[in-house]
Amino acid sequence: MSATVTILIDGLTYASWLFIVALGLTLVFGVLKILNIAHGSFYALGAYAAASFVGWFGAMQLAPAWSIVALLLAAVAVAALVAPLTERGLLRFFYGRDEVLLVLVTYALFLILEDATKLLWGANPYYVSAPYSLFGNVEVGTQVYVGYDFILVALALIIGVAVWWGLNRTRQGKIVLAVIHSEEIAASMGVNVSRVYMLAFSVGIFLAAIGGAFTAPMISVQPGVSVGVIIVSFAVVIIGGLGSIPGAAIGALIVGMARSMAVHLMPVAELFSIYIVMAVVLMFRPEGLFQQTQARKI
Amino acid sequence: MSGPELLRAMGVEKRFGAVVAASEINIAIAVGERVSLIGSNGAGKTTFVNMITGYLKPDSGHIFFGERDITPLAPRDITRLGVARSFQIPQLCAELTVLDNMLVAFACHDNRLSFWQPARKAGAVASADTLLARFRLGEHRDRRVAELPGGVRKLLDIAMALTGSPKLLLLDEPTSGVSAEEKFPMMDIVMTALGAEAMTVLFVEHDMDIVERYANRVVAFYSGRIIADAAPGVALAADDVRRYVTGTLQHAEH
Amino acid sequence: MATLAGSAARERANASSNTRFLLAGVALTLLLVLAGSVMPKWLTFLITLAASHGLVSLGIVLLMRGGVVSFGQGLVFAVGAYAAALAFNKLGFTDAVGLALLGGVAATLIAAPFAPLLSRYRGIFFAMLTLALSMVAYGVLVKTEVLGGSDGFNMGRPTLFGQTLPDARVGFVMYAVTITFAAALALLARVYFDSTRGLITLAVRENELRVEYLGGSVRRSMAINFVLAAFAGGAGGALTVMSLGHIDPNFSYWTTSGEFVFVAILAGWQSVLAVFVASTVLEVVRSFSSLYFPNTWQLALGLFLLFVIRFLPRGIGSLWFSRVWFRRLGGGQ
Repeated sequence: MSATVTILIDGLTYASWLFIVALGLTLVFGVLKILNIAHGSFYALGAYAAASFVGWFGAMQLAPAWSIVALLLAAVAVAALVAPLTERGLLRFFYGRDEVLLVLVTYALFLILEDATKLLWGANPYYVSAPYSLFGNVEVGTQVYVGYDFILVALALIIGVAVWWGLNRTRQGKIVLAVIHSEEIAASMGVNVSRVYMLAFSVGIFLAAIGGAFTAPMISVQPGVSVGVIIVSFAVVIIGGLGSIPGAAIGALIVGMARSMAVHLMPVAELFSIYIVMAVVLMFRPEGLFQQTQARKI
Repeated sequence: MSGPELLRAMGVEKRFGAVVAASEINIAIAVGERVSLIGSNGAGKTTFVNMITGYLKPDSGHIFFGERDITPLAPRDITRLGVARSFQIPQLCAELTVLDNMLVAFACHDNRLSFWQPARKAGAVASADTLLARFRLGEHRDRRVAELPGGVRKLLDIAMALTGSPKLLLLDEPTSGVSAEEKFPMMDIVMTALGAEAMTVLFVEHDMDIVERYANRVVAFYSGRIIADAAPGVALAADDVRRYVTGTLQHAEH
Repeated sequence: MATLAGSAARERANASSNTRFLLAGVALTLLLVLAGSVMPKWLTFLITLAASHGLVSLGIVLLMRGGVVSFGQGLVFAVGAYAAALAFNKLGFTDAVGLALLGGVAATLIAAPFAPLLSRYRGIFFAMLTLALSMVAYGVLVKTEVLGGSDGFNMGRPTLFGQTLPDARVGFVMYAVTITFAAALALLARVYFDSTRGLITLAVRENELRVEYLGGSVRRSMAINFVLAAFAGGAGGALTVMSLGHIDPNFSYWTTSGEFVFVAILAGWQSVLAVFVASTVLEVVRSFSSLYFPNTWQLALGLFLLFVIRFLPRGIGSLWFSRVWFRRLGGGQ
């Protein structure tokens, strides 16, 4: 019983930050048709920025509760600074080109950001401890869990609802949906597609960064975090369907649970279980579980 | 009907949702005929061509090529039986030269592909040059397709379709996108090049002058049905054809 | 008459261009091997790895000529390397050339069942499926304790045609073997590129639809390319592990595959030589970076890649390939 609960909670926690990050990735693909390898690098930037902001807040002798605000500010700062630069300064020169070519462009961006973070923050790991102990511990049955983990789940739910509401209930959101569905028709109806791209990309980066910022207290923030994150995020969006918002949620849950079950029941399968699911989905239902894009096949 | 039967469509039906693309299509084409398919956009001409070539499968009915029921076959298999098509928007390998495009076409029909025999060996190049000459394309031989004007690309598209010595040639709007002055010279080149082989040709056309000049049979489509099937003089004068296709029937004439 | 003379001339030109490639290739190989005997050890080691890695990237170029990019070539690289290392340690099979062939064959056997499946995919889905398969392999290898888990294991010094290799000579011999093996595969690749199957591959890249409508089979063409790419990658893996003396699961990780893709993009899909030049560029940057600029070499690579994508979309091979051969062979690539 307690093993099942552990698996569920572990899976849910993992799925939560994964959902936030994958949501950003799938949104960027849905609107801009770019599968962004550097998405993991934005996650890393969020984590590093979180380390800095939390450090500054600590140096200013603010109460530990403020560290949550620091995390939020870190995500906002990354999105505000990096999104316009990347989108205007790099990506827009390649819009409309082959989708794989764009993947290569983002791969180049990933390489650049790997070193950029090293230059800015150095190669040593950072530990963002202040927020982690803010919420005490929670006892479930005989097991003790860190309260922070549940905050992550709550954050994922809030973000999920917010994005859903933003897309489906606001005018701007419906415009974004129109562009996802058919950019040409949206443009011919007077939609400023350029601005929608900018908006979607900024939200996408924000989601990656906030995923990184809020996960930072749970990991050691060091060079290479982006590498593992992006590959798991790819698995999620492929499983859920490229461009699909509910797909990101379902995909994250599947991956989170698969990994959690593997870790607790069959440790040898921990890594490959995720990629087996990804490969199987690609082989039998390449559009993902929530069809949005037609798979290019013969 | 002039020669033996080559192609027969029986009871062919095709719908896309609420749109009727083909309904009760029954038609037989004989060897040597030059048939023009006419009709306004969406009338079902291209759907019919796509079903013959295997790109689309009819909802019901059968298509026979010679003795063979080709309805369930894949495009590649139908091509190998001797059905070739050209495209309204030329389907070419843009980065390759005209010669290379022809070599590709010959190689695709070839059952003895090689891992080491050069693609540009003398025999293949000679065959390509001969066919290019028939289409007056020899001068463009070494130019990249991407650099060529529209009319040349259309001719190349058709020339490539002939590389397999097909029995039936389907031309999808061969003169569309070609300027008015070039249409007749172009069709002259095509028909002369084909003339050498007494080939059976089905061509989709919107230009009635071209139809009258080059077809010996006209099949008119409207809303997925065949509304006329006769010699050009007869078909083009029919009321239905004038009403629904050529638009030459005045209301006052009713 | 004119056509006959023309085609005879063309036939001679074809044959002579093939012989020209062969002679140039053999001459270059001999030159490199000779140069290797006077080069400092670090340079022969660098070029050895450039050549063995170049083979892996050559496999990617094979597929690129058909219009797809594989992000999982690390799979065949790892399979070839593990196969060679295992054969050495467990089966006592130590001949360098034999191990290289074994690596190629092993990778081909693993890849072949997936070839028909992968030949149906294009674009992002092809890239993602190859990526997923290589990551499955990574996941399996990391957790397989018998193979050393994430630490991998070491392999000893190979022999050559029955001779054991003394300390002083092993670096040069591996260099010579790798260069020669790579040159042989490179020449075979060149012949394949210029063959009818090679031309159809280019046509698939340009217009799959038309190839099918002409009676050709896109799937068969791409499946064959996938298997050939696997052989090249596996041989490259075996040659690499023989020079490094060590194998670990990172050979199959996505970042490793990414580096091979980088080289393939840099080289372009026209010139076989360009693949090895590009591979050498990467090795040079990688070696000097650890000494002089450890925190900016990836930045340099990224910027370089962007430059190539934007301004040299057909890779560095296009710099000399199109202009020279275009004219001599009377067109085509």
